[in-house]
Amino acid sequence: MSERRSVSIRVPVLARVEGEGALELDVEDGRIADLKLRIYEPPRFFEKFLEGRGFEEVPDTVARICGICPVAYQMSAVQALEAVFGIEAGPWVRDMRRVMYCGEWLQSHALHIHLLAAPDFLGFDSVVGMAGAHGEAVRRGLRLQALGNDLIALFGARSVHPVGVRVGGFHHAPAAERVHALVARLRTALSEAQALVEWTAALPLPEDEQDFVSVALRHSVEYPMNEGRLVSSDGLDCSIADYERHFAEEQVAHSTALHARLHGRPYLVGPLARLNLNHDRLPEPVRAALERTGLSLPSRNMFHSVVARALEIYLAVHEALRLLENYRPPEHPGREVSVHPGVGYGATEAPRGLLWHRYELDAAGHVLSSRIVPPTSQNQGRIEQDLRTSLERFGLDRDDEALRLRGETVIRNYDPCISCATHFLRLKVNRP
Amino acid sequence: MSAKPTVAVHKFSSCDGCQLAFLNLGEDLLRLSELVDIVHFAEAGAMAPEAEADIAFVEGSVATPEDLERIQTIRANSRYLITIGACATAGGLQALRNLADAPAWTADVYATPAFISSLDQSTPIAAHVKVDLELWGCPVNSRQVLAAVRALLFAVAPVEEQDKVCLECKRRQGVCVLVAKGEPCMGPVTRTGCGALCPRFGRDCYGCYGPAEQPNTDALARRFVGLGLVPEAVARRFLFINNAAPAFHAEGLKWTKEPSS
Repeated sequence: MSERRSVSIRVPVLARVEGEGALELDVEDGRIADLKLRIYEPPRFFEKFLEGRGFEEVPDTVARICGICPVAYQMSAVQALEAVFGIEAGPWVRDMRRVMYCGEWLQSHALHIHLLAAPDFLGFDSVVGMAGAHGEAVRRGLRLQALGNDLIALFGARSVHPVGVRVGGFHHAPAAERVHALVARLRTALSEAQALVEWTAALPLPEDEQDFVSVALRHSVEYPMNEGRLVSSDGLDCSIADYERHFAEEQVAHSTALHARLHGRPYLVGPLARLNLNHDRLPEPVRAALERTGLSLPSRNMFHSVVARALEIYLAVHEALRLLENYRPPEHPGREVSVHPGVGYGATEAPRGLLWHRYELDAAGHVLSSRIVPPTSQNQGRIEQDLRTSLERFGLDRDDEALRLRGETVIRNYDPCISCATHFLRLKVNRP
Repeated sequence: MSAKPTVAVHKFSSCDGCQLAFLNLGEDLLRLSELVDIVHFAEAGAMAPEAEADIAFVEGSVATPEDLERIQTIRANSRYLITIGACATAGGLQALRNLADAPAWTADVYATPAFISSLDQSTPIAAHVKVDLELWGCPVNSRQVLAAVRALLFAVAPVEEQDKVCLECKRRQGVCVLVAKGEPCMGPVTRTGCGALCPRFGRDCYGCYGPAEQPNTDALARRFVGLGLVPEAVARRFLFINNAAPAFHAEGLKWTKEPSS
């Protein structure tokens, strides 16, 4: 048997992820001596910018944390701020926010599956290379992505940093004709989304069972998106206001993003965690599509995330269609807000997983303090854990190029959104 | 330019939203990749950060010591350098830290500030190298980036929009939210390019495309006071997405209280 070698792999810029990250891997004597997912996206201090701003400025500010999931940031923020004021925005607003969120899931998941993840499984560097051999699948993906963007723009005027969401509702209700045009496209998209589910289930995905804890929101009847309780696969079930009692974030030397832990351990958020915990909440046609894939849930293979994303695309199309089919413009697209001081919490399911916000406002409605916990900082610890396990199983004796590619594939599979991961909060410092 | 021009897309400190002007192109992205060689675009998978390019698009602001060197390399490797978005063009929302004590913020919020490599200021690309074209907007849209590529492929200078959102809104027959609803709309001083989205949605423009040509910020600020805004609220209107753009920066500071020490 050949001697165990020492390997040092440095991937200075990860391709096909959002934001800037790097992978560092050191192998000695056939074991991983050191492994770091290094996030060096520079800090942007959002929680600090918010201090002193009026509550009405928050949705436009937090959108800028992430260009890929601005709707998620706006949704968690308005939920928290409406909780401070003790108001319900009403059933029409609730439904239309879900539709808008469906648009974001659709565009973000379609972008990830086709432009970021699938090239790994099919052996291409990019979607441009993949478009030759898999033209129809790529075009179907781009159409679903465009449909998602157009659903966001229906309520937000544009899909990146949309301008329609406000505390209390929306600034504007779409005209019925525009909705009808989208309903027709959503009907066509139902079969495309079904086909996408089958396509992802047929991808040559690696088999790699691992032990991990899933965390997601859970709603009494719906597949979770805008609201729910916080649950985990190891028995947690609490109100979103109790997040800080169970979860803690810590700074690590190699990352500008903080690592979150549940009772001291890494955990998973995102499509597979949601599906593991909420597959009984899928509407009938989506559940049937899930059954046809043969996927048994809960799944312990992280590579099933791509199938989970496709199922959530199908869910998003189904839900948007259900909620828009009998659309009528409301008398008012939102309600008036009266300002109160206090603390409010918001938690929604961003495409990449749980997005938790807390705001404290003064009597004039200005932000005194805020805390924002994005999905990728929650997944960071899990990604490093996964990398260690899956690279050791993959075989550390493989050549550097193969190890690098597998490492990148593992990371991309989480769809890390590194721009979002960079945030700041007050930490308790313990020094000897 | 050579038969098939080369294009690079580089990222600095940002939210990645401006790169979506390319990634959201749908089939046009495949068509674009036939017209040009995309040599570097990390998020899309093309990885050659030091490659020479005929057109380099730069997203994000300069925010770390490493950024300072990287932008010099990119400039040296690029024939035509275009900044995309508020971060690259004006320092972005994160330039708000320029007005604060950034090292104190870091020390205040991080257990181990020494691990954090960050400059005290977030600055636009043009503060460091020559920029050939600035595309404003938070975010820029696909129309803007494609128009720039198309113009350069025809070997003509891209047209810069410097009109005001206010004029665009009138042309599209929007109802004036400042006059009709008393909203503190930034449209009269903000550069168009967005299509006057906010006022046409019945809400105030918040200046995400930056200052227009010769903006009368002083008159608009005083109008805001007339609408009932207190000085700090007037300052926040200007010190927002494009807070470091000179015209907005100066007007914002005029209405900012001197910090009491």
